[in-house]
Amino acid sequence: MAKRTLTPFWWFLMGAGGMVSAMLFPVHVLLFGLAFPLGWFEAPAYESLHALVAHPITRLYLFVFIFLPLFHAAHRIRYTVYDLFRVQPSMHQPIAVVCYGAATAGTIAAAYTLLTIS
Amino acid sequence: MSGGAHEPAAGLKLYHPPMSLWWWLERRAYFKIVVRELTSLFVGAFAVVTLLQIRAVGDGPEPYAAFAAMLGSPAFITFSVVAFLAVLFHALTWFPLVPTTIVLRVGEQRVPGNIIAGAHFAGWLIVSVVVAYILLRG
Repeated sequence: MAKRTLTPFWWFLMGAGGMVSAMLFPVHVLLFGLAFPLGWFEAPAYESLHALVAHPITRLYLFVFIFLPLFHAAHRIRYTVYDLFRVQPSMHQPIAVVCYGAATAGTIAAAYTLLTIS
Repeated sequence: MSGGAHEPAAGLKLYHPPMSLWWWLERRAYFKIVVRELTSLFVGAFAVVTLLQIRAVGDGPEPYAAFAAMLGSPAFITFSVVAFLAVLFHALTWFPLVPTTIVLRVGEQRVPGNIIAGAHFAGWLIVSVVVAYILLRG
């Protein structure tokens, strides 16, 4: 019998994160990264932004917005590092641990921040 | 993923044909795939920026104003220009790939791939307009 691996699990997170980031990141980067700082549009006032972020639905939205794309990036970076630098197979696992470990740390930080924000 | 079946017999060494470190520059298609995969660097970076922004919102008006000023610095604007192009390229290469992972059937008929991809492009437009509306309504 074939050995069970975690590959489908990581691949699922990569796919879900790819969908979330494709749908949502362009408009977020355009507004928060360019349109608001450069004054193309008036940025939301602090109070309205704070009220928005404090809303439970927005918190859930932001958690998904951070969690899944982090694992998307971890998975793609992992395999791109293998291929670009022609990494020896003995180094594959440490690189995977670093990539998914960083995504896990970011996810825990996001959960903590979104649960404790006042 | 070291496959036991591919281990060489004792005393023998596997022959690895020489392959350039720059294989991905040899063909346009390879280059496009590598660029597509590297867009994920900016996806990850922007997820972290968003997390820091949420923390700044939670910290109060002054820390948030300082964070907003940092987003307007020339270095960050440069980052945002590249990040925007990267996530745009990600979206434009992602939706056409969706039909390779989703098989939809209506009755006996398989829904054509370009309809599935087109539906995702339409959904992208709607979602973007909704997000922009929420953030711009003032």
